[in-house]
Order: sequence, then structure tokens, then C-alpha cells
Amino acid sequence: MRIPAHACAAALLAMASQAALAAPAAVGEVQKQPLNLTAIGMFFVFVLFTLGITYWAASRTRSTADFYTAGGGITGFQNGLAIAGDYMSAATLLGLSSLVYMKGFDGFIYTISFFVGWPIILFLMAERLRNLGRFTFADIASYRLDEGRIRVFAAMGSLTVVCFYLIVQMVGAGQLIKLLFGLDYTVAVIVVGVLMVVYVTFGGMIATTWVQIIKAVLLLFGGTALLLMAMSQFGFSIETMAVKAAAVHKDGMKIMGPGSLLADPVSAVSLSLGLLFGTAGLPHILMRFFTVPNAKEARKSVFVASGCIGFFFIVVCLLGLAAITIVGTDPKFFEGGVVGGKILGGNNMPVMHLASAVGGNLFLGFLSAVAFATILAVVAGLALAGASAISHDIYARVIRKGKATGPQEMRVSKIASLGLGVIAVVLGILFEKQNIAFLVGLTFGIAASTNFPILILSMYWKGLTTRGALVGGIVGLVSAVTFVVLSKAVWVVVLNNPEPIFPYEQPALFSMPLAFFFTWLFSVTDRSVQAGKEQALFDDQYVRSQTGLGAAAAAAH
Amino acid sequence: MSNPMYQRIRTNPKFRELVSRRTRFAIVLSAIVLVAYYGFMMVVAFRPAMLHAPLAEGSALTVGMPIGVGIVFVSWLLTGLYVWRANTDFDRINEDVLREAEQ
Repeated sequence: MRIPAHACAAALLAMASQAALAAPAAVGEVQKQPLNLTAIGMFFVFVLFTLGITYWAASRTRSTADFYTAGGGITGFQNGLAIAGDYMSAATLLGLSSLVYMKGFDGFIYTISFFVGWPIILFLMAERLRNLGRFTFADIASYRLDEGRIRVFAAMGSLTVVCFYLIVQMVGAGQLIKLLFGLDYTVAVIVVGVLMVVYVTFGGMIATTWVQIIKAVLLLFGGTALLLMAMSQFGFSIETMAVKAAAVHKDGMKIMGPGSLLADPVSAVSLSLGLLFGTAGLPHILMRFFTVPNAKEARKSVFVASGCIGFFFIVVCLLGLAAITIVGTDPKFFEGGVVGGKILGGNNMPVMHLASAVGGNLFLGFLSAVAFATILAVVAGLALAGASAISHDIYARVIRKGKATGPQEMRVSKIASLGLGVIAVVLGILFEKQNIAFLVGLTFGIAASTNFPILILSMYWKGLTTRGALVGGIVGLVSAVTFVVLSKAVWVVVLNNPEPIFPYEQPALFSMPLAFFFTWLFSVTDRSVQAGKEQALFDDQYVRSQTGLGAAAAAAH
Repeated sequence: MSNPMYQRIRTNPKFRELVSRRTRFAIVLSAIVLVAYYGFMMVVAFRPAMLHAPLAEGSALTVGMPIGVGIVFVSWLLTGLYVWRANTDFDRINEDVLREAEQ
């Protein structure tokens, strides 16, 4: 077992994605559990219900606007819940609570880092995104830049992020389901892939949104109920809970403050930059801003989303704290009954064991079903974002130059989601035994250093030209990939070299400035006629981004 | 060709006022969140002992906890503040600007 050596790094990276729940290294060798019929039954109910919604949504999905953005007819409150559903994943429930369980306060610091991106997205991006975008974030970048080139590049950026993220999700899903439901890994991956394709191809954004809303409500409800049951064992006193936790944890009082996890400030800052700006460059998150009718609702949705996310994150931390006493001292949750030894089912399991300890088998089944539902909601959002990059950006706008009819574009997007489903299942199976923790760092690194700079500069900086955006984007992409490959997660863990060449875990602190610098350099030196036209168009774009004049309106139903 | 409505909006002093007020507000709020968060991270990295101080004499809870919760809670309240001002004050000016541009 080489787990202790890199368990920390893997845990950090796993945390670095809202989704990366079970990077296999963090889970360790997952034992297949006996078939859990309660959990499967409850999950079955969820699937039937969401398929019913998909059937209903299919009858309302007539145009491309319905398919990509639910016709812009989602309210701010609904969209807020759906964003929360996109963002609160199985990784936050299982991964963050287990990090608190193991490391105490350090886990809490991670949780905060996950949260602070949201206010910044609201203040700097939400209304401009809504006013400028229609279906994909490439719409914004190509408002004034050369459409052909910038769309292809932005679509490639989206697809890269979507594919890496899907692998992480699929492997996580397979491991989790094997663990919680006792199903075969391959079966689990195929089930997730099939459901994802069904939701997206038939129900489009309407079905995806409702799957995410239902899942967010279930997760908030399940987490809160679990916390109340756990707190009742401590007389509802956080103080009592903390005293007991410090008494039984092997690190004692040390877990109540910052520990060793963030001892390296460079990695800590790089990680937080990646989380902050990577979130603002994830295509499936950006897409959610186009589903509301106007900027007013877009702002409201961030308020609702960040409220849910903040509340849920704090609940998750308290669950981790409660688990230290309730799970950490109970021999039945450890392999061979050795308290302090290996946790049954792997390191991500404390919150599940907590559910079984305070809520019994029925509640454990419920929470397992919620965790599965959570994965489905996230992969559906990813598949939709990927399909829209293929059908809207590449097919309709670049190949057909805007001349494709609605039905043609819809057909391509359905074929694309089917294709993505097949790719996701195949890669999910291929990567079963691989160490994929690095994919999470890579995903966020690419999102923060490729998608984000192009997006933010096209909205804020008049001087941006197509040449600058392309060169900067490519530099961001190449440097993020290179740094991750040379870092410990790939160079040492995957390629078995003795020492990493790039000494930090996360690329963002280095790849982002490179991307911005080269975008700037190749924009200001661009004296072409085309560049002049692009800059002249900024003034109109600026008025539209600020006032919403000319913004895509909600489709009438 | 620039749409004449865009042209009219750009020269409307109310538009400039809207943009400068809303931008300033957004930047101030972003700065508060970022300074609070990165300040906290710097304390974590360089002065971790400060956050280990007990909340009260003999308590197992440390000052780090309410500070952490405070960062999350306050930044959420700030999103509420921004949404409220943007959706009332700023949007009212915005509607004026759009109406005047149509005339």
C-alpha cells in the first residue's frame, strides 16, 4: 500500500473538485459491499420520478432554446437551487466530511475555499454573462471576435473540461455505487451513462434543471436531518461535540485549528485561485446563467445558490465533527473491529457510517440513494454542456455558419449527447483502476487558465483581439497541462519518477498569469484591420452587457 | 454599424452614472470578500497559532471556527446586498436609460 505517502495529496485533489468524490487513491481499494436493497429501492423511486419529469420535459422541448436553456424560462429561485445542485456533489458530502473527520479544522478551510468563488462570480460576472450569452459561453467570446476560430477554440476548451470531469465523475460513481449499493462497477457506470443520456437527449435543459433541483432539495434535507439526529446525541451542543471529538481524536486539540494540510502557502494560494476562477470557467456552471429570463433573475439565482451551498457546507463540516466521536469510537465501522484502523469501505465513508449509526439502515439507504442521485445530476449537466459545444458552437455556428435549422441542430445535439454518453462509459471503465486524482487538478487548471481568461477579458477589456485570445488560451492550456504532468500527482504517482519537476500541487498560480500575459501581449501588438474592428465593437457590447439591451429574451411558451 | 440606440445610451450621462456606481459597488464588495478570505488564508499559512486560541476559557471551540463561519456568512450577506441594490436602485436607472434611448 502506497496510500499513506500520497493520501494527503490525493485527498486535496479530490477535494479540489466538487465532484471528484472518490478519486480511487483517496478511497483506497474499494470493497464491494453486499447488495443494499433499501438503497436500491429508494434510488429506483428517484429514477422513476425523474424519468417521469423527463417525459414531461420532452413534450416541452420544441426549440433549440428549450433544449439548451429551457427557453430562458427558469426562475431565479429555481435556477439557484439547480446551481447548488450542480455544485454540491457527492464529493462535498463524502469528501469534505471525511476530511473534517480526519483533519478537523483543515477540512473546514477547504470548505471555505470552495465557497468564496460564488460571491465573486455574482459581483463580476453574473449580469454580463446573462446579458451577453445565449446558449454557450463561446457566444460571449465570439460576440466581437472572429467567430470561426474563437468558437472552435472555446468549444475545445469546454469539451476538454467536460470529458476530464466526466471521467472523474464516472469513476467516482462506479466506486461509490459498488460501495453503497453492492452493484458491480461496470454495471454502475453503465447505469449512470444510460440515465445521463436519457435525461439529456429527451428532456434537455428542462429535465436536467429539475433533476438538479430535486437532488439539491434531497441533499439539503438529508444532510440537515442527519445533522439533527447526530446533534441530539450531544444534547444539541456544538461545545460538547467539540470536547468529545478532541478527547477521542488521535491529534486531540490540534484538530480545532489549522494543521499541516496547508503548510505550503504557494500550493494553498494556487489551489484557491484554481477553485475560485476554475469554477467561473466550468462550462456546465456558466450555462446555468443562460436559463433565466434576465439579469435580475441571474443575480437572484446566485444569492439562492450561495445561501444553499454555504449552509450545506457548514452542515457537512459539523457532520464530520460529529463522526469523529460517533463513528471514530465504534468498532463496528472499522475493518476487523480495530478502532483507529482502516475505516470500513474506505476513507470517504465516515458520513455514511454516521447515517447508519444515528439513523439506522433505512436512513443509510436514503442517503446512499441521494448520493447516487447527486452524481446523476452533475453528469447530466456536464453532458448537456458538452453536447451544446458540439451542436451549437461547432456544428450550427462554424460548420453550417448559422444556416442550420432548429431541428437539424437538435438532432446533432442529441447524437452528441449519445456520443458523450458512450465515451463517458468507455473511459469510466478504462480508468477504473487508474489513479485519476490528477484529472481534477487538470480540469480546474484548464478551466481557470483557458476558459476563464478568454471569458473575463472579452467582457472587460476592449483591447482583446482574436489573436491575443487564441495565443493566450493556448498558452494557458499548454502550461496548465504541462504543470500538472510535471507535478507529483502525475510525474511521481502515475509515471513513477522519484521527484516531481514542478514542486506544487496546483497549476493555477502559474498558468493563469501566463495566459493573461500572452493574451495581453498578442492583443496589444495586433495591428490588423480585423483587430481594429473587434475593438470598435466593444462599445456596443459594453452597452449590451450593462443594460441587457439586445440580450437574448426568454422564449414564449 | 453601431445601432443608434447603443449610441444614444453611451452618451447618456445616466448610463455613465449607472455603470460607475454599479462597478464601484461590485469592486468594493469583491475586495471585501477577497481580502477577508486571503487574509484568513495568510493567517492559516503564517500564524496558525492565532486561530488555535480557545473561544472562551477552557472551551474546546477555537476562534478559528466563528471566523470561518463568519467569512461564509458575511460573503453570503454581501451577495444579498448586491442583489438587492442591483435589482432595485440600479435596475431603475437601467430602465430609465433604456426608455430614454427609445425616444
